[in-house]
Formats: sequence, structure tokens, C-alpha cells
Amino acid sequence: MNNSMIIGQYVPGHSLIHRLDPRTKILIIFFFVITVFFANSVWSYAILTAFAIGTALATRVPLSFVAKGLKPVWFLIIFTFLLHLFVSRQGDILFTVLGFPFYEESLIQGATLSLRFFLLILFTSLLTLTTSPIEITDAIESLLHPLKRIKFPVHELALMMSISLRFIPTLMQEAEKISKAQASRGVDFRTGSIKDRMSAIIPLLIPLFVSAFKRAEELAMAMEARGYQGGEGRTKIRELVFYKKDYSAFLFFLLVIAATIGTRM
Amino acid sequence: MELTFKDVNYIYSPGTPFEYRALENFSMHVPSGSFAAVIGHTGSGKSTLIQHINGLLQPTEGTVQVGGFVIEAGKKNKHLRDLREKTGIVFQYPEHQLFEETVEKDIAFGPKNFGVEEAEIEQRVADALEAVQLSEEMKDKSPFDLSGGQMRRVAIAGVLAMKPEVLVLDEPTAGLDPRGQKEMMEMFYRLHEQEGLTTVLVTHSMEDALTYADSVVIMNEGKKFMEGEPLEVFKQKEQLRDVQLDVPEVLAFLEKVENRLGVAIDYRKQSLAELAKDLTSELGRGDGHE
Ligand SMILES: Nc1ncnc2c1ncn2[C@@H]1O[C@H](COP(=O)(O)OP(=O)(O)OP(=O)(O)O)[C@@H](O)[C@H]1O
Ligand SMILES: [Mg+2]
Repeated sequence: MNNSMIIGQYVPGHSLIHRLDPRTKILIIFFFVITVFFANSVWSYAILTAFAIGTALATRVPLSFVAKGLKPVWFLIIFTFLLHLFVSRQGDILFTVLGFPFYEESLIQGATLSLRFFLLILFTSLLTLTTSPIEITDAIESLLHPLKRIKFPVHELALMMSISLRFIPTLMQEAEKISKAQASRGVDFRTGSIKDRMSAIIPLLIPLFVSAFKRAEELAMAMEARGYQGGEGRTKIRELVFYKKDYSAFLFFLLVIAATIGTRM
Repeated sequence: MELTFKDVNYIYSPGTPFEYRALENFSMHVPSGSFAAVIGHTGSGKSTLIQHINGLLQPTEGTVQVGGFVIEAGKKNKHLRDLREKTGIVFQYPEHQLFEETVEKDIAFGPKNFGVEEAEIEQRVADALEAVQLSEEMKDKSPFDLSGGQMRRVAIAGVLAMKPEVLVLDEPTAGLDPRGQKEMMEMFYRLHEQEGLTTVLVTHSMEDALTYADSVVIMNEGKKFMEGEPLEVFKQKEQLRDVQLDVPEVLAFLEKVENRLGVAIDYRKQSLAELAKDLTSELGRGDGHE
């Protein structure tokens, strides 16, 4: 059912990108996002684009799949471009089509803005494509660890995240199952007036909530039965360790940043 | 209504890394009014198969025919609603589909969607409750206050109240106590006979398949592995073992009796007591000869 949304869709694999420490990936993405806003010349954009596409290739996830997942965002990217093209009027008139003037500055601005947008979305989607939700949560817990000093509930936050992430696919499956069962009993989710479709959703939502609450209760009980009592003194089953490949990745990324800054105008 | 699968292929999430071929060149025919059992290891594609019967899934390749309805790969289906009215599917763990405030309303949900009249619905609810052996007083309870087994019965009643001509059962007795399992299977069989239903039962129980089915299909990794009359199919011990299935206990027992004591007894769906009688009389006859 989730054919077109890859945001949050992990594709297991063994590429170098898959094997990097999730903290490495998050930190690099964080600084990549910042760097994108510093780019302002053709060369700096070229370097960042090459880096992003190169990384996408290195994940070994089929590019068609990556592109398909970006489908809902393509619209936004193109819309941004067209908006700039037609609405803002800056710089010299470049050429005129059917009496409609195209401005040089607008064209450039539209293009760079959509390019930035594209780079940000592409690069961040690579994280969720190559990193399992559990790894992401572990990384966030580890990166936020210093906030513990100011009594920020890092562990609880991470636990909540990993539980929700864990149950999203389960809930989706359940929703699919229940909607099929109700469709077999004559519910039509696809056609009819808005009002009809709204009322068609009730037979889906109620069982879904019931089972979600039941699951939550069972999970809490199971955790307590196995002696869970919060993060204090708890050890980790998956320790995060930076390896040589992580340091190499950081080093390479530093070069990319340096090159981007160096080619700024 | 008869049921025909012709060279059906089904692929989940085609064109993605998650692509999975769940059915492969699958063909089968279930004559009108007969009882077919589908058996297979977990993940062999049984649930995928039955979702084709009322058009929840459309074949990636091939054709599914249910009575006069034809579902073909790549074609739009127009009469899904009519088809769904005629096919009742009891899904795995059907109690998860309950949602109404009262048992009565939940059972009436299907018939109501298909535009059955009020008076008729009331009659159907009463009949369905009786069929699943729930008392009349249950009607006004909330389905969420019932026990798991009772909820299962309500959900099944909700499917029966649609008065389907084709009844599809996906492991309907999984998770019930042994006695409840037996009662429920007997209830389905009674309905099958009385109403002349065409029934497809997905099950892990070789015993149920042997007792109730006219034909058996064994599935393995999305393909049809074996097919035929239950007794014939269950004779192929080695082949069954290849797909991690066992021979029904009765047959295994009778084979042992034949090997150890040299008495062959025909299995004709006798009850355990009848079987014991046959056995003693056979053994007695054997003694007489010597
Ligand atoms: N929605 C789906 N998306 C992708 N793959 C699926 C989906 N549903 C089922 N599958 C896959 O198709 C295969 C067959 O699944 P199916 O549910 O038909 O098996 P089954 O024979 O009913 O098993 P069980 O006895 O456990 O109920 C499984 O390998 C399963 O992982
Ligand atoms: Mg199944």
C-alpha cells in the first residue's frame, strides 16, 4: 500500500552507506543541510549535487526506487521553480515567449531554490533508506546524551520513538487487513460522496484503535514483567562505535565542505 | 457458484526492492456446491489466494472466475459489489473486524451495506446468531465485552448474515479450544450442506481437510504442489514431508496397524468409536482364521 512513500522506508542492504554508524550519517546530513544554504556559485552547487548523487549511487538502492519515493516532492520542486519564473520579476529580460517576458534573475533564483530543495530532500531520504528506524533512534539517543545533564528525558524520548517506529508497519498492516475485511462486508472506501467516505472510515478506525490500545497495554505489561524500570543503569544491546570508515567519511565530507566554501563567490 | 483460477500470478509491490511473487501460475477449479481445502506451510500464499475470490486482489497475470464474474489481469472490475455480496470471507482472526456498539448491529452491518431490508436483516441476525450458537440475549451486548471465542463467533455470524453463495474460511478455528474447533467446523459443514454453498477452507489441520473436504490443494511457495481427493493426496507421505506437512493422524495410525498387525482397514470418515469397532472386528476375524 505504501508504494510511493519512501520517507521512513528502509531498504536493507550491505553498501558502505548502510554500514556507516548512524551517528555519522545524521551528523553529515545535519552539516550538509547547513552547507547547502552556503552554496551560491555554479561550482559550489555542482560539487554538492555530485556529492549527493554519488552518495545515492553508493547506497546501491535502485535509483528508480529513490526517484519514485521523491514523487510527491517533485511537484513541490517544480512548483517552486514555476512560481519564481512567473511571479518574481528581477534582472534583465532574457527572452520573450508569446509576449511573456522571462527574467534572468528569476530564472536563476527559481533554479537554485528548486535545486536546494531537491538536494535536501534527496540527501535526507538517503538516511531513512539506508538506516533502520532502530539505528536512527539509537543514534539520536546517543547524540542527545549531553542534554541529560539538564534533566532532558533523553532515554524516554528515544524509547517512545523506537516503540512508535516499531509499530508503524504493524498498524499499517492491520489497517490494510481490517479495510479488506470491511470491504468484503460491502464497505466502499473508494467511491461515493465525501460524507459516505467519511462514514466508511469508522469501521476501519474503531478496530484499529481498539487493537492499538490492546497492544500498548500488552507491551507495557510484558516490559514490566521483564523488569523494565527506566533508563537508569540500563546497558545497551547494540553499542554504537565509530570505525575507520566513519572517520574516512567525515574526512571526505570535510573536503566537500571546504570545496563548496572555497568555490563560493 | 463454481470457482476457477487460471494461470494466476500475483506479485506484491511490483517494481520495488520489496517485490514478491506470492502466487505463481496457479490454477484450480472448485465445482459449484463442493468443499475444497487449501493447505500449505506458513507463507505459502494461501491468504493471498483467497483474496482473489472477491476481488480484493487482482491477479497480476491470469484470470479468476467466480460464477458469472470474471476478474482478469489488467482489466477494470465493474461488478465487484455484486461479487462481494455473493462471497463471504471469514478472515484469519476475524474478531479484529468488530466495531459496532452492539452484537446485533455488527452482524447487521454486512447485509445493511448490501441494501437488505430491515425485516429481512432482523431475521438474518437471529438465524446467524443461532448458527454460531450464541444466545439471543447476546444481541444487545457490546462485542468488546465478550470473550475471544465469543467475539470470533459474532464476527463469523456477521459474514453468514450476508447469505453468501461462496463461503471462504481462512483458518477459522485457529486459537480456539479443541471442542470449540470441532463445533465450529461442524457448523460450517452443516451450512455448506444445507445451503448448497461452495466452500473454500484454508487450514493447517490435515484432520479437518480429511473429514470435510471433497478436494484438497497443497500449496508450496506460491505454487500448487499437489491436488486431488483428500485420501489420495494424503497417501503421498514422502511428498508431503517435502513441504513439511504430516499425514493426518488417523491415516498414520491405520498404516501402523496394517504394518504391525497385518490388518488393512478402509478409512471412510468413520468416527473414532466406529473405527475402534472396525478394528476389533477385523482383529477378531484374524484370530478366527488362525
Ligand atoms: N501486503 C503484502 N506485501 C508484501 N508481501 C506480502 C503481503 N502480504 C503477504 N505477503 C507475502 O506473501 C507471502 C504469502 O503470504 P500469505 O499471507 O498469502 O501466506 P499464508 O499462506 O496465508 O500464510 P499463513 O499460514 O501464515 O497465514 C508471504 O511470504 C508474505 O510475506
Ligand atoms: Mg494466511
